[in-house]
Order: sequence, then structure tokens, then C-alpha cells
Amino acid sequence: MKIAVISAQGDVEEHVEIVKKALQELGKEGKVFATMNKEDVAKADAIILPGGESTTISKLIHKNSVAEEIKKASFEGKPVMGTCAGAILLAKHGDEEVMKTKTKLLGLMDIWVKRNAFGRQKESFHAMLNIEGIGEYEAIFIRAPAIIKAKSNVKVLAKIDEYIVAAQQDNVLALSFRPELTEDTRIHRYFIKMIS
Amino acid sequence: MDLEKLRFGTELVKRGFAKMQKGGVIMDVTNAEQARIAEEAGAVAVMALHKVPADIRASGGVARMADPKKIEEIIDAVTIPVMAKCRIGHVAEAKALEALGVDMVDESEVLTPADPFFHVDKRKFVIPFVCGARSLGEACRRIWEGAAMIRTKGEAGTGNVIEAVRHMRLMNFAIKKVCKMDEEEMHKLAEEYAKAYTKLVEEVGKEGLKIKENEPIYEEYTRDEIVKGILDVLEEVKELRRLPVVNFAAGGIATPADAALMMQLGADGVFVGSGIFKSENPPAYARAIVEAVNNWENAEVVAEVSKGLGEAMKGKEIDKLEERLQVRGI
Repeated sequence: MKIAVISAQGDVEEHVEIVKKALQELGKEGKVFATMNKEDVAKADAIILPGGESTTISKLIHKNSVAEEIKKASFEGKPVMGTCAGAILLAKHGDEEVMKTKTKLLGLMDIWVKRNAFGRQKESFHAMLNIEGIGEYEAIFIRAPAIIKAKSNVKVLAKIDEYIVAAQQDNVLALSFRPELTEDTRIHRYFIKMIS
Repeated sequence: MDLEKLRFGTELVKRGFAKMQKGGVIMDVTNAEQARIAEEAGAVAVMALHKVPADIRASGGVARMADPKKIEEIIDAVTIPVMAKCRIGHVAEAKALEALGVDMVDESEVLTPADPFFHVDKRKFVIPFVCGARSLGEACRRIWEGAAMIRTKGEAGTGNVIEAVRHMRLMNFAIKKVCKMDEEEMHKLAEEYAKAYTKLVEEVGKEGLKIKENEPIYEEYTRDEIVKGILDVLEEVKELRRLPVVNFAAGGIATPADAALMMQLGADGVFVGSGIFKSENPPAYARAIVEAVNNWENAEVVAEVSKGLGEAMKGKEIDKLEERLQVRGI
């Protein structure tokens, strides 16, 4: 299997490294690569959109049509995961910050996202979550977004108070936090298992 | 959520913020209007200043933290992270910036240093810091002090990339050497790097005051603890074959090709100071530099985005400078 990490901007290498580790732990053969090349994205069996700045990433993926390839892959049922900024881009609906910056979303999930939902960097934190299908998990939230509303076809996997911080709609997975920054591979193993 | 259960300001949260900036361009801005131009162009963050480095250089005098009102206006104008500079060693300015809600503090040689001996002990803050470095020694000291991001010092406000290249090359070469060192050599190097912390002790020593081995010489740390701390950083460098924190290029980047050059030398991203708002067409320069950083391996894209941008900022030769900012804070 081939897993593409979209290398527009953000913690791309961290995703590549943790996918390698997860593949190894699962005993699966697979290739993971960082790319901004639409042909490479089209050939992938699964796609990861890393954390970074959603305004920047959105501009870059729309500039060279990588955005179209991500959408196509998702419509074909290939697993797509977005973490932090990546989760914002998966949404159909953005808050006023998303609107104000005219950030183009991919619109792959029936969710409403709020940027910087928990505040600025000084309010960034770690917290213990209980994620459905994964269990107790220490998550890192950095100027993180949150899902404030989701349609009933979206499965909520974890919440902090009223905010949804992990959700799945069929083959698309959105996480407010940054699993790529930890040593814990369970999220990436979960994602790899979504690849049929 | 129970606030007690949340952990703020950890090393992971600080370094994680810096990692979020990777592959991006951080732009110096002096007002809300410029901040919006930067955000619109795809900057990953803005650095709020009262003057860009070229103007600081031209006007002379003491350069200090920007007016908090200006910083607030910039914070309100954009949705991307806002950074701001404090003077080297100026804990009070740094604390004020943290209180304002700035996302990262740049303890910067571009401003006039406030402490002749030491940098801020950055571990005592919730928000992350970026610091300039000319060499691996400077980088290791700043990382040990808690910096979550390093940038080359370069020579700010000159539009001349040579010093940024020099600093990146010096660092890369030193890292290669460290990778081949044995334990004893590493320990010796750590001791060498730690000497920068003994200036205060030496000065009081000249008046006859002697400091005992187990007495703190910087904050609560003894000389041995500092050496041990720096050795830990060096060991991380050796294991990772790079700095253990994000390393950006800064100080003299004026064109998309300059930015691509620094990425080729291994920078994780770039800071552009005067290069954007001292150019003839700031929005065009800003957009082009963002694209050049994303496509640094693709010369065709770098060529394409460099077309017809208008005049770049007027540069300065390093030999003809009255003052070199990079020598501040070792």
C-alpha cells in the first residue's frame, strides 16, 4: 500500500516517520512518502493532510490541483486523514475565521469547524482523551480547531466538553489534535487499518 | 474539561508549535494592514515589529519591544500566529509579550540587547521562543535555555543573504562533526560551549570574589549542570543528525531565489524581514517567496514566481555596515 503525506507545509516528516513505525508494528508492507505532486497523490491508497497553517496549506494545494486529487481519492473511498489544520480543510463549513481569510475547504465531511477553538498558543495543551476504537489517549492540541457541529452521518470518536475533537465519516478521519507529534502510533495504526 | 487535567506550556507543546511552522514563511510586519497582506499571501505567521530591521538599522538608537497597542492591532487583524521580538535577556519584555497573547517570542539581536551576560531562561515561560544563532554553539545554548525554534542570525536589514548562508553552513558542518564524535569529545565540546555562561563570574572574580564549584552561575544552574544540559542537547543532535528543534533561515533573505537557496541548505522554513515591505511590490514578493519555499526543489517554479516582481529591497554590503547585529548575544 502507498500512503501520501501532503507536503504543502507543516509537520510532514513527523507523519511520514510515524506511519513507517505504525506499518512496522502492524507487520505490513507499505510505502509512505511526502508529496505535492498530483500524479503521486493519485497513485496513493490513502492520504494524510498534516497540521500546519490552514490558510497556507489551502492556498498551496489549490494552486497546483493537489486539492482535486484529494477530493477524487476520497470520493473513490480511499482513506483520508486530516490532523489540526488538515481537519479544518476536510470540513464543509468553516467559522468566521475561515470565511474572513477566504480559506477554500475541501468539503469532504459534513462538519462545522471552528479555528483556534481553544485559544492562542499559551492556551495550547495536552489532555487525556477517551477515543472510540482507541481508548485512553494523550492528545496534543496546538492552536487547535474543533468540530462544533456534525451531521448524523458523522461518527463522533472523542470530545472535550461540547467540542468534537475526533470524528469519522466513512473513509474520512478528522482530528483536532496532532498524533504525529507523539510516540503513540495507535491513531496511525487505526488509519492504516482503514485501507482495504 | 477539568482545567487541572490539562497540561500547558510543555516542551512538546512548544516544539510542536514550531513544527507547525515548517515549510512556511514568517513575515515581519509593522501594522495591521501589512499583517493582512502577509496572511493573504500565505505566510504561516507574522512577526510584529515597530520598524522593519532595515529601518531600525537606518534610524539607530535603542531598539525595543514594539508598542503593545500595535501588537494587539496585529493580533486582531489576522488569524495566523503572531510573534513579536523582545531584547536579548529582557525578561520583562518577554513576560509582557506573553501576557499580550503573542504566540511566540523572538529573543532577537535585531533589538538592542538588555542583558550583557545572559539570555532569558525560556523554560520559565508558557509560550515558546525562537532565538538567532550563528553557530552550533549558540544554537545549543539557546536550545538548552528552552528555545523551541532556532533561526540563523544572518545580518538583518541588509537584504544580503551571505551571512544567513554562512551561519547555516557553519551549523551544518559542525553537526556533521558532532555525529562522528565519541563521548569524551562531546563532553569537551559541551564544556567549550558552556564557557559563554561564565562571563559574569569572571568579572566579579576580577574583584577578588571567588565562586565555589557547586554555586549557581546562571539562574539556578551550576557550571556542571550547564555542561550536562548542553551535552544532552549535543547527544540529541548526534542522534537526530540535525538540531532537535525546527531551524529556520533569517537575516538577509530578499528574493524567492534567496529563500529557495536557504531551503536547499537545509532550513525548515524562512523568516523574511525587510525583504517584503521594503520591496517595490510587497504582495507580489510575499506570494512569490511563499511559493518558492514550498517548491524549493523545483527550479522552474522558482524561476516562474520570480518573474516581473519589480525591484527587490535595496541591499547592503556587509563590509560597509556600521554595525553588525549578529555579534549581539552569543
